[in-house]
Amino acid sequence: METRIRVLVAKPGLDGHDRGAKVIARAFRDAGFEVIYTGLRQTPEQVVNAALQEDVDVVGLSVLSGAHMTLCPRIMELMKKEGLNDVMVLIGGIIPDQDIARLKEQGISEIFQPGASTEDIVTYVRQNVRKNK
Amino acid sequence: MAKDVKERSFTTVSGLPIERLYTPESITDFGYEHDLADPGQPPYTRGIYPTMYRSRLWTMRQFSGFGTAKDTNERFHYLLKHGQTGLSVAFHLPTLMGLDSDDPMSEGEVGKCGVAIDSLADMETLFKGIPLDKISTSMTTNAPATMIWSMYLVVAEKQGVTWDKLRGTIQNDILKEYIAQKTYIFPPRPSMKLIVDTFEFGTKHVPQWNTISISGYHIREAGSTALQELAFTLYDGIEYVEWALRAGLDIDDFAPRLSFFFNAHNDLFEEVAKYRAARKIWYKVMTERFKCKNPKSAILRFHTQTAGCSLTAQQPYNNIVRVAIQGLAAVLGGTQSLHTNSLDETLALPTEQAARIALRTQQILAHESGVTNTVDPLGGSYFVERLTLDMEKGCWEYFDRLDAMGGMVAAIEKSFPQREIQDASYEYQKAIERKEKVIVGVNDFVMEDEPPIDILLIDESVTERQLSSLNQLRQTRDNGRVRECRETLRKAAAKGDVNLMPAILDCVRAYATLGEMCDDLRSVFGTYEEPAF
Repeated sequence: METRIRVLVAKPGLDGHDRGAKVIARAFRDAGFEVIYTGLRQTPEQVVNAALQEDVDVVGLSVLSGAHMTLCPRIMELMKKEGLNDVMVLIGGIIPDQDIARLKEQGISEIFQPGASTEDIVTYVRQNVRKNK
Repeated sequence: MAKDVKERSFTTVSGLPIERLYTPESITDFGYEHDLADPGQPPYTRGIYPTMYRSRLWTMRQFSGFGTAKDTNERFHYLLKHGQTGLSVAFHLPTLMGLDSDDPMSEGEVGKCGVAIDSLADMETLFKGIPLDKISTSMTTNAPATMIWSMYLVVAEKQGVTWDKLRGTIQNDILKEYIAQKTYIFPPRPSMKLIVDTFEFGTKHVPQWNTISISGYHIREAGSTALQELAFTLYDGIEYVEWALRAGLDIDDFAPRLSFFFNAHNDLFEEVAKYRAARKIWYKVMTERFKCKNPKSAILRFHTQTAGCSLTAQQPYNNIVRVAIQGLAAVLGGTQSLHTNSLDETLALPTEQAARIALRTQQILAHESGVTNTVDPLGGSYFVERLTLDMEKGCWEYFDRLDAMGGMVAAIEKSFPQREIQDASYEYQKAIERKEKVIVGVNDFVMEDEPPIDILLIDESVTERQLSSLNQLRQTRDNGRVRECRETLRKAAAKGDVNLMPAILDCVRAYATLGEMCDDLRSVFGTYEEPAF
């Protein structure tokens, strides 16, 4: 039997705007995923540790402060170091078009900008999760 | 066609059902003298001044801040040159969290969503060439408000401006941080004490200053309904008054300096009703619950900002239109000052051009639309009066629940407002996804292949410049004096019953950094972690 998809929803950095993180966490739960929410103000190390300990399939990072180009590559680097290459990483938040290509080069699977629907995000996860496992 | 009408639901943006038609029958419980009265007369539903914008327009106050103090100082001069009439400072996240730019947690955040302020030295640069006795300044700072305000007061000292001439506002509203925006540092009780300290200090030494801006803006941005925004904000106001009274302050000393800050979302009439109800409810709260004697204690003055959360990354020029409608709501609702968002709000901090269009939107409202010619032009509308009465009724119901919980601090500890807002925001998102609510360019009228627009990029040299000046400051200031002042601050904080403003002012004068002062208070007060819910 297929086990439930496990998702870590994380808020790296100092940004406290958690409306999006809370909405997507709930949408994932409603979709039948198991969701772990880190709470606010996590360092990249804390996010990666949580991903490792919770053995998740997906990490969803929510960043609205403009610090994504520092925080997200750092998280990717640490994930690789921990051997979490098969974990899908998504970003949601205020991410300008200009940064998307560089984030994807780091191994981020997809970036969801303002206006993205929870349904599209859930569908994306279902279709692409565990592809490398 | 008839079928369409039957199947569509007619609700406000907050989900409140709306009738086909409002008539005199809709407001049989309404009386002019009791519910409205003329503007400038209790309960102030129609506005707080008899002449409103006929004698003085609202203050056009665009929230801005990015990069270093020097970058933002240039933007301030630009905005003033283009007719802005007040300043409003956006600080970067490390400052809002009481951290210096060289703190490990600040990495990647320096100068990103506001200006980097680490010490008095930055604050001096920020206001260079701006005479503080000629301008009013609003500063969006909450957890470290005492320290940021102290920096402003010392800049005034250095400019030779006496504190009694200073006009402006510190946001200083920690309750809505626990509820919505989550930029808190210390636990609620010591935080409330710091706020009461500013009430007391302001009353004595900075009499024209608004010591708090009790804010619904962030509650709404976090996803609340209009009613929740109104009810939680006004109840936060009640909570601050209760704490100040318990600390022995006289209501009529500090209450006239309390100010408010509301959101302006897309639903024009619902928003207007919210502002009108706010004035009326606050009048009743202050006169009936707190028995104030000074008429000014019962007058609700407010700032408005258009709703960032209503703007779209898709077809961003459409945002100009949304902002115009929202700004109109604020003006029809009798706001005292207004920030109109820039069209690129959902993408980045505003470019100079986007910030200028936002300011021009206010100028068009003020000088071309004609809505400023008469006071409360929507007064007497069956629909708007019904909405206003319902808004008020809904508020009293929330107040009863919050009273029963033992007040707002207790309610926050039970996660009550947090949960209410979270439920509302999820409902809103679902309604959009079901297309019950149309968002132009997002779930309808979508355009493929939109050309990207130019946005403001904060270059990485900002961090470098800020860290180098901070490092230089640490080397060149009198570090012995800094240690002394910090020691005094820690002792005063530990005592628990002395006003901390004098000790903080001394730290600021000695160029102690914000992070250092906050570390001192963290060592005494501890820090706050949000309970899981």
